[in-house]
Amino acid sequence: MRNLFPILTVVAAIFALWYAGSVVLNAPWAYDKAERAGVELTTKELIADTMSQKKPKLPPPHQVGAEIWKTTGAMVAKGRAFSKRSLIYHSWITLSATLLGFALGTGFGIILSVGIVYNRSMDMSVMPWVIASQTIPILAIAPMIIVVLNAVGISGLLPKAVISMYLSFFPVVVGMVKGLRSPDHMQVDQMKTWNASRAQEFWKLRLPSSMPFLFPSLKVAMAASLVGAIVGELPTGAVAGLGARLLGGSYYGQTIQIWSALITAAVLAAALVGIIGMIQKVVLKRMGMA
Amino acid sequence: MAWLIAGFVFWLAAWRVNVWLSSMPGTRTTALLVPTLFGVTIIVIWECVVRGLEINPVLLPAPSAIAVTFATSIPTLWADFVQTAIKGALSGYVIGCGAAFLTAIAIDRFPFLQRGLLPVGNFVAALPIIGMAPIMVMWFGFDWQSKAAVVVIMVFFPMLVNTVEGLQATDHMQRDLMRTYAASYRQTLMKLRLPAAMPFVFNGLKISTTLALIGAIVAEFFGSPIKGMGFRISTEVGRLALDMVWAEIVVAALAGSLFYGGVALLEKVVTFWHPSQRKSR
Repeated sequence: MRNLFPILTVVAAIFALWYAGSVVLNAPWAYDKAERAGVELTTKELIADTMSQKKPKLPPPHQVGAEIWKTTGAMVAKGRAFSKRSLIYHSWITLSATLLGFALGTGFGIILSVGIVYNRSMDMSVMPWVIASQTIPILAIAPMIIVVLNAVGISGLLPKAVISMYLSFFPVVVGMVKGLRSPDHMQVDQMKTWNASRAQEFWKLRLPSSMPFLFPSLKVAMAASLVGAIVGELPTGAVAGLGARLLGGSYYGQTIQIWSALITAAVLAAALVGIIGMIQKVVLKRMGMA
Repeated sequence: MAWLIAGFVFWLAAWRVNVWLSSMPGTRTTALLVPTLFGVTIIVIWECVVRGLEINPVLLPAPSAIAVTFATSIPTLWADFVQTAIKGALSGYVIGCGAAFLTAIAIDRFPFLQRGLLPVGNFVAALPIIGMAPIMVMWFGFDWQSKAAVVVIMVFFPMLVNTVEGLQATDHMQRDLMRTYAASYRQTLMKLRLPAAMPFVFNGLKISTTLALIGAIVAEFFGSPIKGMGFRISTEVGRLALDMVWAEIVVAALAGSLFYGGVALLEKVVTFWHPSQRKSR
């Protein structure tokens, strides 16, 4: 809690900068309007105008907040929480792809890391390629994956989840390999003196001691997975999802819509990472590690 | 069918060789040969499967077809590479990492800012910043400036967090020693804290290389001039010319690996003293 005050100061500074930025960036358009109408703008009028434009260059926070409320809370109040105009609907589309991709990626990553730790030739041959696979900007391939899978007849949730999976398996592999190798010689020798089988060594020593490494990787993987799902929605022609809201907004110059989708995505990311953080706390506490 | 069998046989053979190689005492050659063989095997199997099952090139072109496209369209690929990787990604990378580095040094003097900015920076680093791309395209136009802007935002926070962490990497003993030498702030910074921070700085720089390329390419999906890797990928996908897309992916992979490799090499030179750079034996 010691950090609360500094954090709040920084957040307040960000908001102040945001407001200042929106005045500066929106001012030319306000002047333009005033000139065509043939009126002089006072400073007060100018600021009032920059705060309430319909398609501002940088919408001020309260406009974004109002838009988010209009497309979430107000929709719920009207009982249309899942209509196509509601951000809840779009968030759900993105969230489902994110979670599926995250689950697939985590599963794949854990299996791969077990293989890498227990099989020497796999370690030598696969590990360099796992690292190399991440120097390919996979997000760039997203459109192709979507289109190709569409052509095979797979559409909707799965193609996006595949992209999320590809992005999220890497941190899991790296973290788990580190974690599964974290027991030191003494501990491994102890297992040997107890005549433990390889399976027992895995379940009772390696897996438990990898947990502190797994959770930070899961956080990174979750964030990456959300990015993957959002980018995966771009090439499908802006049908549904937060990515589609971004693309649609940029086509029609609806800056407020872009920003509200962006903030929603940020909140979603924060919530997902926060949930993992909570699970981490509980699990590590019960295992006596935290 | 013959193609499939050939691929299968090659796979078995390569697997046996790899198992044999990895059971040998590890040397530099085996450490290089094993992954290479693994990569070659994947390409051979890919080629054989595509030919054997006669997969439509619209779905998955064979590696040989991709190589041909790559060779015949080098001028286009080069123009795209310059537009996206050099103008967009590299300039944004330099500006973003430089700005983050200087900000980190400035923050370092004020513990208050540090306590406030670090959690916020960590939080922002986890956000889908790539979503800023359409806004940047709106602000800075379609050309490479908007891509560089996206890259700047994307690399800023990972770099900032890493550098600030690095500047705290010295322990009390070391700083006390500097104080007994009557070293000024500047001297402590230049001679002790910055060198000690370098492993962290390079960690940030390495993370940023991939982010930079991704940022530059994805930003082009939101609008770009008629060249650039992201532009080419999205238009060629639309025309179902997948061999061209794959050629572009090869370029991206090469650019990404070179970029990362370059930074890693620089790291080796700068942080030669760090334990992680020592030979394992």
